[in-house]
Amino acid sequence: MEQFIEWITQPWPWWVAGPLIGLTVPTLLIIGNKSFGISSSLRHVCAMCVPANIPFFTYNWKKEMWNIVFVLGVLVGGFLATTFLANPETILVAEATQQDLAALGITDYSQLLPAEIFNWENLFTGKGLLFFVIGGFLVGFGTRYAGGCTSGHAIMGISSLQWPSLVATIFFMVGGFLMTHVLLGPLMKLVGF
Amino acid sequence: MSVIDKKIETPKDCGTPNHKEVNENGIGLLKYLIVGMLFGIIFVKGEIVSWFRIQEMFRLQSFYMYGVIGSAIVVGIISIQLIKGLNIKTIHGEKIVVPKKEFRKGQIIGGFIFGLGWALTGACPGPLFAQIGSGFTVILVTLVSAIAGTWVYGRFADKLPN
Repeated sequence: MEQFIEWITQPWPWWVAGPLIGLTVPTLLIIGNKSFGISSSLRHVCAMCVPANIPFFTYNWKKEMWNIVFVLGVLVGGFLATTFLANPETILVAEATQQDLAALGITDYSQLLPAEIFNWENLFTGKGLLFFVIGGFLVGFGTRYAGGCTSGHAIMGISSLQWPSLVATIFFMVGGFLMTHVLLGPLMKLVGF
Repeated sequence: MSVIDKKIETPKDCGTPNHKEVNENGIGLLKYLIVGMLFGIIFVKGEIVSWFRIQEMFRLQSFYMYGVIGSAIVVGIISIQLIKGLNIKTIHGEKIVVPKKEFRKGQIIGGFIFGLGWALTGACPGPLFAQIGSGFTVILVTLVSAIAGTWVYGRFADKLPN
């Protein structure tokens, strides 16, 4: 038992985490004929709370409740994993990435997210505006414009061999590379790193 | 037929097409909560919710995230082929439907915009929820902002190139 606890609290390797994520696709199809996708939950929240007569938000969201329940499960799962199965060590990040990030002022590896960025004190600062407000907006706007996110396009879409999803995934990566290699450094300087 | 009586149908592309014929409520929804919980645990244990892992990926300095996404896709492809080949039905005995995605310009423009946000937040929508659950409550602000972004897209959807 002790060995099992020790094993399960370690970070899981990619060849465990990846296939388990892939299995979500057939699981959702078999238990209820549902296509895997997470960003749609954001749309359902809009449809539920502020539809404002916008055609894009007037549909039978009650039929999509499963999606909201699913993401609430993801939240609870995050809580359970962190509370009961947390890895006691600091997160191991590639040496080269550590060097790159040190140059940007990020050196704290005690948690899964860098403490220098993701804390409430940063909320009403340029850092908060960039990482939470603008970052979140780009995620929400872009994913809906693209008709899905990494789960809906990269996993579900490519798994069902749909080339539009491959196109979307390629452009997810293009945007990410541009932000990381060109924009991130100057933007972080601008907000005080 | 008055406007109020008019039945509003789920649009074809609402992102998570739901092909189950009968609506599920209460207990029926519990199974999605459980699958979601397992999914959230994998996200945290695989450290996929980590901003650092996303940085490693975009800097091409670790194979980890490519391994995760690649192996997930391989398992997904095999699963869907098996479902089709063996004509596997849902637990309710319905035929499994995988909807076709149409190509739109949005997949390019929107995908690119999402990518910019992905590298900033270190999270796609799934990990956002797992990050909040794992105690990074400030990510609630990111989530609200993502919902606002979704709303703004919906508001101007018909005016954007697509």
